[in-house]
Parts: sequence; C-alpha cells; structure tokens
Amino acid sequence: MSASSWGQGPLVNGKPGRRDYAIIGEIIERGAKVLDLGCGDGELLAWLKREKRVEARGVEIDREQVQKAIARGVAVFQSDIEEALRDYPEGTFDYVILSQTLQETRAPVAVLREMLRVGKRAVVGFPNFGHWTVRLAHLWTGRSPQTKLFPYEWYNSPNIHFLTVTDFELLAREQRWKVERRYFLGRGGTVRRFPNLMAELAVYLVTK
Amino acid sequence: MVVETKFARFDSITLDSGVALAPVEVAYETYGALNAARSNAILILHAFSGDAHAAFENAEGQEGWWDNVIGPGKAFDTDRYFVICANVLGGCRGTTGPATVNGATGRPYAMTFPVITIGDMVRLQKMLIGQLGIERLLAVSGGSMGGMQALQWAVSYPEAVAAVIPIATTSRHSAQQIAFNEVGRQAIMADTDWNSGDYYDGPKPGRGLAVARMVGHITYMSDASMREKFGRRLRGKDEFGFDFSVDFEVESYLRYRGSKFVERFDANSYLYISKAMDYFDLSAGHASLGDALGQTAARFLVLSFTSDWLYPSYQSLEIVRALRSRNRDVAYCELTSNYGHDAFLVDVREESDLVRGFLASTYAEIAA
Repeated sequence: MSASSWGQGPLVNGKPGRRDYAIIGEIIERGAKVLDLGCGDGELLAWLKREKRVEARGVEIDREQVQKAIARGVAVFQSDIEEALRDYPEGTFDYVILSQTLQETRAPVAVLREMLRVGKRAVVGFPNFGHWTVRLAHLWTGRSPQTKLFPYEWYNSPNIHFLTVTDFELLAREQRWKVERRYFLGRGGTVRRFPNLMAELAVYLVTK
Repeated sequence: MVVETKFARFDSITLDSGVALAPVEVAYETYGALNAARSNAILILHAFSGDAHAAFENAEGQEGWWDNVIGPGKAFDTDRYFVICANVLGGCRGTTGPATVNGATGRPYAMTFPVITIGDMVRLQKMLIGQLGIERLLAVSGGSMGGMQALQWAVSYPEAVAAVIPIATTSRHSAQQIAFNEVGRQAIMADTDWNSGDYYDGPKPGRGLAVARMVGHITYMSDASMREKFGRRLRGKDEFGFDFSVDFEVESYLRYRGSKFVERFDANSYLYISKAMDYFDLSAGHASLGDALGQTAARFLVLSFTSDWLYPSYQSLEIVRALRSRNRDVAYCELTSNYGHDAFLVDVREESDLVRGFLASTYAEIAA
C-alpha cells in the first residue's frame, strides 16, 4: 500500500496509525454500519469498533493481513474489492471506506459507484498525485516520479491509476455526486489553500 | 491428563423424519472447566468418522482426533474454555446408532434404525448441552461434516450460540460429494457379509467397509500430498511383483487405513451417516441460503483450504456470500495448504491463530 512509508506511527489527535484515520474517525458517528475496503490488518476497523462501537466489516485480498485482522476480532473476509461489493444489497452500510486504495483499483469509477450503492456515504482517501513534490520530481528527473508519497518504481508500484485533487473534483461533478466534506492534509497539517498543489492526502465524504 | 468418555441418556428424541427414537444415549467428553457464568462453553463437532474423544489421551493411551488444536494454550484453549465433544447420533462410538440393541426386539437396530439427518444430530447435541446446564454456547466448531453441524446449529438455535466456526465444509453436498459417498455405500452393500445390514452375529462386511474407507482417504488427500507422501515408491521391494500383491507404498497405505477402520467403525453407521451428509441442505425449507443464514445471530469465521478438492473453497464462499448478502458478521479466509481436505486436521498452525483470535474477541465481547 502506498501509504506504508509515510504518516505511520504516532497518534494523530489521539487516533491511531495513518493520517487519514484521524479524519475518518471524525466523520463516522457512533454505532454506524461501516464497510472498509482494503482494510489491511483491520487496524482502523478495530479502532472504530472499540471507540465508536461501529458495526465493522472489512474486505482485504492479502491473506496474511486477513489473518491478522481476524485475530484482532474484526470481521474481515478475503476477497477482491469489486467482487465483495457485488454481494451486498443497496444501502447496507452508513459508510463505505476506501482508504488510499482507489489508485490501486482496476476500475475506480465502478468501485466508487458500487460504494455509493451499498453505502449511504462513501469516504474516499487518496494520495494526491498533483502535490508539488510529485510535479517537481517528474520535471527534474524526467522519470516516473518517486517521492515520499509515491515511493515505488514504475514497474513495482501497486498504484495503477494516478489521480489528483482536481481529477477527483471533476469526476464527482461529472458523476453528479455530492461532496459533503473534503479534507486536505499536507506536511504542516491541514491545507487551506491550493489543495491540488499543497495536499499530500485528500479525504472526501461523498453521497449520491 | 487422562480423559474418559461419559454418557448422557434421554428418554426419546423426535427425528426430522417424524420417527421417535427411544431411548437415546450420547457419548461425550469435556475438557477444561465451565465458568460461573456458564459463558465459556465450546462445542466441537466431529467429522464423518470421528468420535467424542477429541483431545488429550484416554485410558488406552489414544490421543484425541483434534488434540493439536484443543488443550492448554492451544486454539481451543482449555485453560480458558470449557470444551465439549459428543459422538453423533447414528454413530458407533458410544452414541445410539444402528449397532445399538433395540430394547423392543433385543437385537441391534441394523437397517431398522431410523434415517437420521444432520438436524437430528444437532437436536441431540442441544439436549446434551441443556443437560450440562448450558443455555448459550460461546462457539460451535468443526470441519467437514462437523462444519455442517456447526452451520445447522446457527440456523436451528440462533439464540444458543455466539460464534460459529465452520471449516472445510459446505451448506450442501455437490453431485461429486454424493457420488463418492455412494461408492462407499455400494462397496459395503456389495460385500456379501453385509447381509442386508444383519451381520452383528456373524462376520462383518470388512472388505466392503475397507474399500469404502480407501476411497474416502483418497478424497481427503491432494495430488500434491500423495505425491509427496508416496510418489511411485515401492513397498518392501525393488521390482514389481507381477502378481497383484502390494507393489506401491500408496497401495499399502490405503489397505492399512482400510483395515484399521474396520476395527473401529460400523458399516451400517457408515451408510446412515453418509446419507445424512448427502441429505443435508441448509437452505431446505427456506427461499434461499441467504434466507436460512439471515435468521442467524452468531458471528462466523469460515475457513477453507486451497488444496481441498473434496470441499472446495467455492462452497465456503457460497456460505460467506449468503451471510454477506444479509450483512451478518462473517470473517473468511482461504488458508494455503497442500494437505487437501485433511488440512483442517493436520495443517493447523494458521488455522489455530485465526481460531484463537476469533474466540478471544468473541469472548471479550460477551464479557463486556
């Protein structure tokens, strides 16, 4: 996962792990029904379950991660994201979370549509390919940009769709999704201006 | 610790077929201690040829059939949980079955024993649990036919079970699974010693039962595990015998397994229990599998194994998807193993980690 090399570690606002977790923790209310797509070892779900008493479900393709998640008591099943979404009836969840995985999916728009079918709201967090460090890296090196955000070589990157804040805004407009809230995080914390240039990470709360 | 099999007696049980079986006796074992709140009981459900002796050693020095996952510090931790295992109805290891003497006639039931179902097995287990003073089980778990019983528990008694762990199992037998069972049954019935099931005074249909078991063992292994275990190695010779004696290791192994099985298993029980497996269909009486599982209240941990071709992962996935379609609490993992269907019994390291964590979180939630 692209996020493994950054934002890991100390608590953000008293919440664990990756930086977008803190935001997700703010969005989701107590007792909500939550599905986390690409939930990894279930860290976020376990935290949401404990702190927010949510009804937690997770999907993860990697067997070792699934095992860790189950061992920590999170209902996770080993599956492809696209396939897992298909089984759920409309409106099953209050929130469907896709944290830093959109750029790894084969058909991102189809996944987002499915998220908004099985969930009332979608929480989508992704690393911003428009960040200035990425732009500079590309300009200076003339190679596929390698930065703290995108640390991979072109041939071993799990990221197959690179999107920016502006790209997502355009897509939402085109698909007529409502963006209820948007959060931008940069190096110094919350980004207030020029998010497409300054945000390393964007989190959107979207409804149909 | 040496364990012994105990027995519970009941006046009567009404079967799915409508027939009342009376009286009925259940052989069972328990490990660990029931806590004061009676909230730490786990019922282990055995597979086709298993019995109540699931863990520890008995007086004969025999280790239980799932001793590698049940015990102090193991997946089903007997330091924390009270573990129960009972021989199934129709069995031949202490619980009432076709070899049991029918009080009305003074002779073994044989083929007059009523046809039983997985639902009947579970009903009898529920009676046993009640007699042990347990209202709600922390978990039910088993592999293969044990998994079928676990699923049936969740549907029949949703209020009586907090967690369900079906392993390497299915919600109903496929044509292939029924076919293998039928070969086993036909092998037994083709043995002239079977004598329409009336053999308890004479020679047992050992040849038929042994062949049935040989077929079974093939289905429990995988191509890879057999290649690894036997290859084409010869048994006690350097050249072929050219005489239809045992040439290959694998032949020797199957014959050995077949003959050992005859010593401890009743041929009529084979017929009844294999039929119960073939009849099992969790969705029966419901509009769909989802409807059947939609009425459950337990958490589920469903496990399958990559090389299990007898109970392939797609069958576990059917269960998982049905649960998902009703947004039940279900965790699923396909574990990597070369051991085929036997994996749930022998390749238990990862299985243990998952079960341990799943049980711990369930137990913590119940206590909270």
